[in-house]
Amino acid sequence: MVKELAWGLLLAPMVVHAETLKAERQQQLLNLLKQDCGSCHGLQFKGGLGPPLLPEALSGKPDSTLIDTIVNGRPGTAMPPWRGFLTADEAAWLVNQLRNPQ
Amino acid sequence: MKFLVRLLALVAPLSLAVGAELRGTGDLGVVVERAEGSVQIVDTTRRTRVGRITGLGDLSHATAVFSRDERYAYLFGRDGALTKLDLLAGNVAKRAEQAHNSVGGAISQDGRLLASSNYTPGGVRVFSAETLERVADIPAEYGNGQLSKVVGLVDAPGQRFVFSLFEAGEIWVADLHDPKAPKVQKFKAGKEPYDALISPDGRYYIAGLFGEEGLALLDLWNLDAGVKRILPVYAKTDEKLPVFKMPHLEGRALVGDYWFLPAVGHHEMLVVDRRSWEVVKRIPLEGQPVFVIARPDDRQIWVNFALPDNDKLHVIDTQTLSVVKRLAPGKAVLHMEFTPKGEEIWVSARDDDRLVVYDTETLEEKARLPADKPSGIFFTARAHRLGL
Ligand code: HEC
Repeated sequence: MVKELAWGLLLAPMVVHAETLKAERQQQLLNLLKQDCGSCHGLQFKGGLGPPLLPEALSGKPDSTLIDTIVNGRPGTAMPPWRGFLTADEAAWLVNQLRNPQ
Repeated sequence: MKFLVRLLALVAPLSLAVGAELRGTGDLGVVVERAEGSVQIVDTTRRTRVGRITGLGDLSHATAVFSRDERYAYLFGRDGALTKLDLLAGNVAKRAEQAHNSVGGAISQDGRLLASSNYTPGGVRVFSAETLERVADIPAEYGNGQLSKVVGLVDAPGQRFVFSLFEAGEIWVADLHDPKAPKVQKFKAGKEPYDALISPDGRYYIAGLFGEEGLALLDLWNLDAGVKRILPVYAKTDEKLPVFKMPHLEGRALVGDYWFLPAVGHHEMLVVDRRSWEVVKRIPLEGQPVFVIARPDDRQIWVNFALPDNDKLHVIDTQTLSVVKRLAPGKAVLHMEFTPKGEEIWVSARDDDRLVVYDTETLEEKARLPADKPSGIFFTARAHRLGL
């Protein structure tokens, strides 16, 4: 329950702290994460055609692998490369969002 | 939180305009608002929203089927919830948590059974359409007892459900004449079937393959012949592009002598001869097609696209086999549904939070309705069509 609530908060417009990315870009990325990644990983990241992306599921997997997966996809699987939509830094920011749903 | 949400859904059904007068449901439908976990009930004659039901959970990829009296919509949510919505009362009639992760469902030929297609636990579960009580469980077991995700579930004549197993690469045909003891026949299909369709006459089941080229065809009139592979060599010329959204296969893409099929990872649509299964034409498009749907009179095909071209719609003339109109309904066009006889089409533009209604003859916009991140649109006319 706490987790779902947390996701709700995370994805509600406004919450995120502006670090290096502009607030507007963060919103776009969060929308991409929820809506477009969500179409395979589930809107709440509990999995779908793609595996769950909840913090437990990602713990123990190094950032570098996950960022590489997002940017370059996993050839031979349904995970496509997102490099045309985001930079490696932005992918890192997304991984951080996935690991720490405030 | 789930509990609270459910409680809200049950205790506070918004009182809706529909209940006030005696009326039928043939011009009603539901629109899924996927982020909010709500559903709008819409009236396609008056082009208005007549109700909204909230608290329905994770509705990404949610699909709806209808009872054959067209009063109830059954909604299959991603989080495994199965909800029976009363379109007239505008509320939740029944709700069951049937799995952890689900991708869709179907209603049987006789309207008495529902089947859900599940990712976790991988398999199909069958329920009474009246009470939502579970009557059968068909785990999608393969190999050393692993469970496969199930996709492409449809109803078929002979009180059957047909579906595909993503990891197992199989097509299963389940006969539910005796709901407590389903008889299942299994067929090798190919690598990673991602979705499937059944022809409007209920004869051909076709699964698209993600892991290899081509499609798997099963003739339900001649099951002994097994699965036949069609369109095996797609194109040696152009490389397959990354797929940001899996295409959906629809039985409503069979028009006259041709199947209109989305090409996975290519900016084209395939026009395939219905008897020889040869490609007769590749229609170039400005993106990767997701839904390819014929207008009920078969005169046009409407197509939407995957990211990054998901703000477009193409209309194809089925006589000239060419794109005759390009439309821009808004950002993230996810789904479209024709009115029962096809004079209008409703389109959902998720990221612009709206529904757009077009006149399919003039191709002019007729109306816009606000909706919260709308995705699937389902009208009650589906109740009487196989595979929908
Ligand atoms: C078309 C379906 C699809 C879409 C859309 C998609 N993914 Fe994936 N994703 C997959 C699949 C399938 C895998 C598993 C690949 C494998 O088998 O190794 C995966 C794997 C991953 C992994 C690795 C998980 C792990 O445990 O190793 C990450 C991280 C990930 N995706 C993030 C994303 C993000 C972020 C987006 C959106 C920008 C996204 N995905 C969109 C299908 C998809």
